[in-house]
Amino acid sequence: MKKRVLLSAMALTFGLALTACGNAGSDKAADSGSKAETEAAAKVDGDVFTIGTTGPLTGSAASYGNSVKNGATVAIDEINAAGGVKVGDKTYKLALNFQDDEAKEDKAVNAYNNLMDSGINVFMGAVTSGSSLALTDLTAKDNILQITPSGSAKAITENPNVFRLCFTDPLQGKMIADFVVDQGYESVAVLYNNSDEYSTGVYEAFKEELNTAGKSDLLVNEQSFTNDDVDFTTQLTQIKASGAKLIFVPGYYEAAAYIVQQAKQQGIDAAFVGSDGWDGVLGQVTDPSAVEGAVFLSPFLASDPSAADFTKAYETAYKATPDQFAADGYDTVYVIKAAMEKAGSIESNDLIKAMTEIEVNGITGKVSFNADGEPNKEPKFVTITNGEYKLFD
Amino acid sequence: MKILNKKTIFNIAIMLLAYVLVFVLINSGILSRQYKSLIVPICVNIMLAVSLNLVTGFLGELSLGHAGFMSIGAYTSALISINTSFLPPALSFFIAVVCGCILAAVFGFLIGVPVLRLRGDYLAIVTLAFGEIIKSVINYLNFTGGSKGLSKIPLYSDYNNFTVVFIIMVICIVLISNLINSRDGRAIKSIRDNDIAAESIGIKISKYKVSAFVIAAGFAGLAGSLYAHNVGIIKPNIFDYNKSIEILVFVVLGGMGNIPGSIISAIILTVLPEFLRGADNLRMLLYAIVLILMMIFNNSKFKANLSLNKTFRKLGKED
Repeated sequence: MKKRVLLSAMALTFGLALTACGNAGSDKAADSGSKAETEAAAKVDGDVFTIGTTGPLTGSAASYGNSVKNGATVAIDEINAAGGVKVGDKTYKLALNFQDDEAKEDKAVNAYNNLMDSGINVFMGAVTSGSSLALTDLTAKDNILQITPSGSAKAITENPNVFRLCFTDPLQGKMIADFVVDQGYESVAVLYNNSDEYSTGVYEAFKEELNTAGKSDLLVNEQSFTNDDVDFTTQLTQIKASGAKLIFVPGYYEAAAYIVQQAKQQGIDAAFVGSDGWDGVLGQVTDPSAVEGAVFLSPFLASDPSAADFTKAYETAYKATPDQFAADGYDTVYVIKAAMEKAGSIESNDLIKAMTEIEVNGITGKVSFNADGEPNKEPKFVTITNGEYKLFD
Repeated sequence: MKILNKKTIFNIAIMLLAYVLVFVLINSGILSRQYKSLIVPICVNIMLAVSLNLVTGFLGELSLGHAGFMSIGAYTSALISINTSFLPPALSFFIAVVCGCILAAVFGFLIGVPVLRLRGDYLAIVTLAFGEIIKSVINYLNFTGGSKGLSKIPLYSDYNNFTVVFIIMVICIVLISNLINSRDGRAIKSIRDNDIAAESIGIKISKYKVSAFVIAAGFAGLAGSLYAHNVGIIKPNIFDYNKSIEILVFVVLGGMGNIPGSIISAIILTVLPEFLRGADNLRMLLYAIVLILMMIFNNSKFKANLSLNKTFRKLGKED
């Protein structure tokens, strides 16, 4: 008897799911008719300008998507609380529609199409490089402004409607190479992740810049690892034998934390330099003295006085310290606001044209955009002293 | 035996109906963009599920390396169509897809010959390892773009060319279901049911095992090439073991050795995560719960009673 009850309950659930499917279909059919209605409804409580984003909210890259979402939400709440964005003689409230793409390209296409179905005015995405690449041709076809807060692969901005806020991987490699040369280190070893496009991209540009600067003899040892590696003893032994005075680790903080600790155990006294993925390394190491003196490139420092308001608002809302993805999300919303004000309209063509004419003083620095869609902003180098992040000077 | 018996006519009618239905939905503008973009992934997943079903359901060997063969097809075809842009698109796409299919089948043979000496759990682990090896090699090579992968692949098989994708999918389903109903297919099933008995009546086990494996690999390659020309960007990380497991889930949910089941489960499980977008943060949780419920339903007496009713018995008599 019990079993029968369970079974009928399940059949009921299944049936409900199917009817729900049917409803969705008829909703879609009626969509063209009801669109005008929703627009009319929006008019009543002011005009709404919707920012669409796709990013990973689930899966192994979920923290990036969630940070961008939270950062952008902080910015949107601030702007709406201050009365919205004045465009010409109208005032728009901002809204965010964030769809999960699991950092997968095929899901990103679905998520983007879902956004276009529901109607967005600007596309702020995607969060990850691969998804951004998969969408650039679609946004070009739809002729909508695309600004990626954190997609760093070079090819993303090839289409004229696409801009980015963060540094590209090659630009990071170049800036770090210049930094190494400027600081006068005698020899440097590289330890990079060859199954990660970000790490590889930074490493390749780093090597190339050393060559163009005529300093290729600085690079004494190159080692690689793959995703999810936790034991770097072999690579570090070889680096130790090479006698490098500096170890450059382009990559994310998880690997960096293991590397610095194992280097300390092996008694390597070389200094460390890292790329912007190092942000968060202090939370990952058990012994902060292992990372003492390490330097990494970062667009954003939460303890920086210029970002104090943002950090405070973020911490109250989400009980966490904002990382650079949150800062990128926050700044991108302000870039969109500036573009709207400059364009004096919310038409995509005007917004795209305005992008090259604006300058925004954000928490990741003062930024303007060139016609290639790349940001012009100064890099910040962050160093770790006494277990705290400090600006390097 | 007539060629056009009731069952064949029924199947052809279903296929035509499905085609006309989707064609009308796409062209009349009833379908939203989100669901339009799901049509090709559905076809790709059906091909993957049906081809894996040949190995897992009919041959009875658990293979966890299906995504590896898919990646070979995807990379081969993408490299060809990127480098033959001087040819007319149709020709370039045709060469790409055919080569993707053949090369995946060749790899299926190379891997199948040593691996199929193993059975059961051992085979599952070894195919898993081979899938990872293929991924690592692609990651290491230069002409595959390494970890950056290949982008700017021409979109020859997106939903605008739905007809082509549908025809390829139908060919795949028809070939595999005809194979299963043929003498060779019965030999393959006999290996699953009892390999010693099969061998004792003179069936060459290794020959049939390898051929089933090669055919499945070839169709996985075909599905991979359609995937690549739909999304436009491929990376080695897409084709990891999670993808293989995902395909296995389609097969298990649809029922081992049940081709219509594979088709239906591939459709449901592709649409479901997109359908649940409205649920926002609960999306993946709901997806998992629905998956569990469907698995329980599949194993229940309720479904068994359902499939024993009149229509199914009638279809059964014709065999």
